[in-house]
This record gives sequence, C-alpha cells and structure tokens, in this order.
Amino acid sequence: MPSVSTPERSRQHPAVTPPPTQPAASRAVAEPAVVPRLATDALTAWYGSTSGVRDVTLACRENTVTALIGPSGCGKSTLLRSLNRMHELVAGTRVTGRVLLDGYDIYERDVNPIQVRRRIGMVFQRPTPFPMMTIAENVAAGLAIGPKVSRSERADIVEHALKRAALWDEVKDRLHDSPLELSGGQQQRLCVARTVAPEPEVILLDEPTAALDPGGAAHIEELVQELKREFTVVIVTHNLQQAARVSDYTAFFYLGELVEVGPTTRLFTTPLKPQTEAYITGRFG
Amino acid sequence: MRGRLIRRLFGSLMTGATYGAAALAILPLAVILGMLLVKGAGSLDWNFFTKSAVPFGESGGGFANAIVGTLIIVGLACAVGVPIGVGIGVFLAEFGGGQLGLAIRFVADVLNGVPSIVIGIFAWTWLVKPMGHFSALAGGVALGMILVPILARTTEEMVRLVPNSLREAALALGYQRWRTSLQVVVRTAAAGILTGCLVAVARVAGETAPLLFTALGNQFFSTRLQGPMAALPLQVYVYALGPYDEWHRQAWAGALVLIMLVLVLSLVARTVVRAKRQHA
Amino acid sequence: MTDVPATALEPLAPKPTAEERWRALRTVSRGDLIYRSVLTVLALLLPLLVVLIAVELVSNAMPAVHKFGFGFLAHSTWDPVRGQFGALPLIFGTLYSSLVALVIAVPLALGCAIFLTEFAPRWLRTPVATLIELLAAVPSVIYGLWGIFVLIPLLRDHFWPVARHVLGELPIFSGVFYGPSVLAAGVILAVMVLPYITAVSREVLLAVPPSQREAGLALGATRWETVTTVILPYGRAGIIGAVILGLGRALGETMAVTMVIGNRHEVSASLLQPGYTIAAAIANEFSEAVSDMHLAALFMVGAVLFLITIIVNTLARVLVWRVARGSAVGSTAI
Repeated sequence: MPSVSTPERSRQHPAVTPPPTQPAASRAVAEPAVVPRLATDALTAWYGSTSGVRDVTLACRENTVTALIGPSGCGKSTLLRSLNRMHELVAGTRVTGRVLLDGYDIYERDVNPIQVRRRIGMVFQRPTPFPMMTIAENVAAGLAIGPKVSRSERADIVEHALKRAALWDEVKDRLHDSPLELSGGQQQRLCVARTVAPEPEVILLDEPTAALDPGGAAHIEELVQELKREFTVVIVTHNLQQAARVSDYTAFFYLGELVEVGPTTRLFTTPLKPQTEAYITGRFG
Repeated sequence: MRGRLIRRLFGSLMTGATYGAAALAILPLAVILGMLLVKGAGSLDWNFFTKSAVPFGESGGGFANAIVGTLIIVGLACAVGVPIGVGIGVFLAEFGGGQLGLAIRFVADVLNGVPSIVIGIFAWTWLVKPMGHFSALAGGVALGMILVPILARTTEEMVRLVPNSLREAALALGYQRWRTSLQVVVRTAAAGILTGCLVAVARVAGETAPLLFTALGNQFFSTRLQGPMAALPLQVYVYALGPYDEWHRQAWAGALVLIMLVLVLSLVARTVVRAKRQHA
Repeated sequence: MTDVPATALEPLAPKPTAEERWRALRTVSRGDLIYRSVLTVLALLLPLLVVLIAVELVSNAMPAVHKFGFGFLAHSTWDPVRGQFGALPLIFGTLYSSLVALVIAVPLALGCAIFLTEFAPRWLRTPVATLIELLAAVPSVIYGLWGIFVLIPLLRDHFWPVARHVLGELPIFSGVFYGPSVLAAGVILAVMVLPYITAVSREVLLAVPPSQREAGLALGATRWETVTTVILPYGRAGIIGAVILGLGRALGETMAVTMVIGNRHEVSASLLQPGYTIAAAIANEFSEAVSDMHLAALFMVGAVLFLITIIVNTLARVLVWRVARGSAVGSTAI
C-alpha cells in the first residue's frame, strides 16, 4: 500500500459490513478491510440555512447498484447531486461532511470539482443530448477534456460506449445524424453512452426512467444491471418496483434523513424501521 | 337595456377604430414601398450598379461607389462590433445575474437610445480629428459602436433561451465553465445569435448620420479604408437634396436598393428569431 | 470485468494508481478565470464608452460654455458669422416636433397595440405586427426622401388648401405654408416612432394577467370597456414608458427631420413654419462649421441632446421594467 500522507483514508467505514475474518495464521498478510468505492460521512447538503438532506453516512461497494428511495422532497436527489459536486452549482448552497471516493474526501479544500465530475458521471431525468452535435460527437463529448485520443481510437471508444448502452445496433448507420431524431428512450441511452465513454468510476442516475415510456424504461433497467459490472452505480428512483428490480442495496430517505439502508431483498421483505415499512407498503409517498 | 345597447355599439365602433389604426399605421409602409418601386425600379439599369457618380449634367452615372462603399463600411462595422457585442451578450447571459450584469444591461439599453448623430460626432473627435482626414475606417467604427449594444441584448436573449439542462449535462461530464459556455451553450444558440446579427446589420446599413462626419462620402469609386468613402444612404441623401432631376431619379433608385437590402435581412432574421422564441 | 476486445480499451498509459488519481483531483483549471475576465473586460467597455462620449462632448463644448455660459440655451440668435449662438430655436424645435409626433402617434400606436392584443383575429396578429415592426426597419433617409417628394407636396398642395378653411384661424396654423415645416417633420416622426410605441405597448398589454381581463368581463363590461377600465389602467405605467420611449426616439432623429423641417433657426408657434432641431443642425452645420466657436456651440447642443435622451430613455425603461420585468422589451432593434 502506498504510504498515506495527507488525506485520511477511512479503512473501516461504519456502513460497510466487514468481510469474514481471516484465520490467525494468515492475519499478517491479510487484506485490509475493503475500502468502499464511494462513501459519505455525516454529509449534509444545505440550501441557504435549511438542509435538504442531513447527516448521511452511507457506503457503496464497487460494482454494486445502490438505490436511493423515498417520497418527493425527501432529499434523495439532493444527496445524489452532492456526490458529484453538482449541488454547489446553485447559488447559496453548500455541503458539510465528507464524500469519499476510494477513501479520499472529494470536498477537501484544494479539490477541483471539475476533476471530480470526470470520475463520477451523472445521467439526468430528462434526456439531454447536445443538439448541435451528431450522435457520435455526443458520445465523444466527454473525451474532449481528457488525454488526447486519435480519430480511430475515438471511433472505437464511441462504438464501445454505444454497445455498452445497448444502442449501437440502432444507431450504427446514422452516427452522423442529429440526436434529436431519436426517441426519448434512445436519447437517454445516448446520454448513458456519453457518460460511460470517458470511463468514470461511479455513475449516478437521477430518476433516469421518469420521462420515458415503459419500453424505454425497461431498456434502461437492463442497462443498469450491465453497467454495474464495470462501474459503481447509484440510482435515485421513486419507483419502488424499479428499485427492487435493479439494485443490490437500497437506502430509504424521509424528510431529509437517511432512515434505513441495507441489501435490497432484506429491506423490502423485512424492513427494520416502521417508516420504511410504511413507505414500501404504500401507506404514504 | 338601451344603455347596454349603446355600450355595445360604442364598443364595436372602437373595435373598428382599432382596425382603422392598424390600417393607418401600415399605410405609410405600403405607400413608401410602392413609391420606391414606381420611382426607382425604372432606373435600376446596368449602369446603376457598375458605374460611379459622374460630374453633374452628364448621364450614365451610377451608384457603384456607394453600394461597394456600404458593403465595405458595414463589413468594418461588423469586424469591430460583432465580436465585442456578442461577447458582451454572452457575458450578460452567463455571468450577468448580479449587480454588474444589471448595470451593464442598463447601460446597453441607454446606449441603444443615444442618437446616432451623437455617436457620429464622437467618432469624429476620436478618429477623424486626430487623424486629420475622413475615412471609411472611422465610419466603420462609428457604425460598430452602434452595433455593439444592439448585439449585446439580442445575443443575451438568444443565449438565455438555451435550456439549463444542457449546461448541467455538460458540467456533469466534467466540462469547465468556459468550455460549457462556448462549446455547448453558445454553440447551441449560434443560429439565433447570427440572426440577431442580421437584424443589427440591417439597422446599421441604413444609418446616414454617423457617416456624415466620418466616412463623409465620395464621388469617386474608392476602396481605400483611410480615405473618405461613399455609402448608399449618404449618397441618397446628397442626391435627394441636390438640384438636378437626374440626381433625384437616382436617389429613388438608390433608396430602392437600400430598402431591399434592409427588408430582406430584416424579414429573414425576424422570421427565424420568432420561430426560435416560440420553440423555447 | 466485461468481455471487451483488448484493442478498444487500451489506455495510452498504465492505469494511474489511487494516489495519482487523488493528486489529479487537485489540479486547477485556470481557463474559467480567464474566460470570465475577458468577458467582463468586454462588458466594461460599455460604460466606458458612455463616459467617453460624455467627456468628449463636454470638453469640446467648453469654449462655448466659457463664452456664453448656460444662458445660451435661452437666446434665439444663431449667427455663426458674427459668433452669436443662441440655441433656443434648436431646443424648441426639437421638443415641438417631437410633441407633434407624439400627438399623432400615440393614439394610433395604442390603437394598434389594443388591436393586436385584444381584437385582431389570431391569424392576422403576426402579419400585422410584422408589418408595423418593419416600419422601424426603414432607414431615416428614405423617410426623408419620401417626405421631400411626397409628403410635403401632399400637405402643401392638397391638405392645406382644404384644411385652412377650418384651421386657418388657429395660431398654430398661422403664416404662409411653403412646405418644409414643423408639421411635416412631426408627421414623419410620428410614422417613425409609431412602431416602437406599438411594440412596447403590446408587450405591456400582454403582461396584464388574464385574470384581470376575466374579472372585467365577469362584471358585465363589454370587451372595449374591459380594455379602458381594467387593462389600460393596469398597464398604465408601462404604456407611459412606451410613449416616453417613443419620445426618446423622436428627439434624436436626424436625417428625415433635416430633409423636411426647413432648417431655420427660428422659434415659432406655428406648425406651418420651418424650424430646426438639435440633431438636424448638427447634421447640417458640423462639416462646414465656420469657426472653432461654431463647432463648440454644436458640441454644446449635442451634449444637451445626449443628456436629454439619456434621461428620457432611462425614465422610459424604468417605467417599462416595472410592468414587464427584466425582458428585452423595447431594447432590441425590433
């Protein structure tokens, strides 16, 4: 392990269940506890003097899908936007607490939020293809800011990203057409391709199927399952069935607080908190 | 009951009056366009477009020097005014939310209301007096000064129409603010900005007053930027006031060419701008 | 990981370690600062320009101010040869011609605005609005051309011989009518400012909430009564602003005015007499100024015009902003 000088790495994060203990003999060479890919520590996101979400401590393991659920206004989107430092783009907002990417706090003073967003990508509720670019240019849009790639490499990356977004077959003959000719579902998959092309580590999805028809939504859900093989995914959704279908872990929020978090099957079958149960059974929200 | 009837009749009368007002407002436009066509079209011959002014008394002269002069001077004005005006417009749209933006917007509106003759004498003090001679350059800069505040406001309007979701998507990709602004926002608004330029150019191409003491006008064909140069509206003005019928005839023709230029630019631009506004 | 052909994902350099990636998070992007600074500097050019104009006008006018003081605004004799410069006719003419223009234009413009927002059938609105806007696109010199060869003969040979029987006794219609006159200038100015007043009034009227309209109708008012008793009062400030905006435009018009007003330094109450405006005087006399004092006097009236138009336009925009907040109303070339 490289020596850790300034940044404080949390080796054992409270929200992550510890791996099974090693037998004593091999403890000397035991792997240290797994650092979650993305984690928060007492995170509070403020709008002026009110908090949108407060004191959230959460961890997401690599290659998992974590769903954030809760009724409208519970703070799940606010939390999501705090994870890639988009929350602070609105005037008068700030964030306290820590967000740890591989154990390093992205809110530390000298950290450049722009660089953070290159490692943590986001797909929004409404598909937002860049209208003045072709489909291929849209997918490659994130590459413009990284290290230079040659034309052939870029073409390969575009093709690979579109394949991962399950859109390649539908657009391979019209890569130089306008994205506005695609359907809503296709545009959203285009946005996913655009997000994965620069190889971020984490992908955040903010209600990605809310504006789509059921067919398009199904495609996106399949995609999420594929994406977790390479990325760590956090998805906000107010569709409980969707959360149950696609996620490995689920976190339930209510009125700006994290009420309960755990493996999805456990949370949905035997929730620990009464509020969770009430929400899941549809008594409110 | 009678009271109600009278009120209804009065209402109908006034409604008709508004129809009349609209008709009366459009009447001068129709009359002017009609007269320009009637009095000017006949003089639009080959000579008109290819020959320059000839000494008084002779026939066969044309407006070539003025047409080319206008193209050059307006070109200069664009070279000066478009980058600055569009830049200020982008500033107002991207960074203009606070006090400074409010102040700049206000100043732009004020400048839009300054009479163009005042801009003309200002340009004279800065560009003619120190140089000692009139020049197309001075005329171009004077027109450029008129372009800037117009372009600032139209550009701002067009850039503001770009939905915020596009900005967010670019920022989420890790784009810097400058890259988001230029490569996504301004690029998306480019068509609208261009049409705003067309509207402004149409307005400025017809300006005479700022050229009176800067480009001055020129009887002869000249493309020299540091010397006096003819311009279409200037020449129309001089010929209209002149004593010769021949000059009057050509003034109408020149005016027709000018109005065609202005109206075509205006109509194209306004159609596109209106479509974009409704689209947003 | 996913099944991926090796060539597609070959990175250019070995994958960075966590530590290297962490350091990368701290690199600074200076581009944003440069971008914002450049644009801010450009934006600051605007107030700079206004200041420069004011400074140049005033400093070039100084010789006249020193010699005549501000009283020169009250004297009527403008004699460049003898060095006497009284600007009263200019100021009077500027205001008088603009007043005439407004008297003609405002009722018409309001009528058009009401027509376009209330009574015109939907399919007619855009074409008519466009045509009225096009009036603003016609260059001043073309209005002047039309004024010399069409309007003045029309007024002199057709309108006045008839109208004098009715109006001839009034002092504002006294004197011999040769053609070039304040009346002619006023009429042309009216045509030129009408599109501006109409456009802004229309925006103001459109900004009146539909609930107001509905409330009026619900109380039993006719369409027209709703306009006069509910909508116009609601948008009153904005409409006054529109009128003042038109005034601002009229005050500064140069070419059309100088071609039809007669260009005579004279104060007369009669509309039929020639007159002069500040803008027209500058246009005519600047290039052929006979002396430095003449030039300074022209700069002085230019400064006065600059100041008046700034005040008028500011007032107009403040009034309009109150009703149609923050929009680009009236400020584009329409």
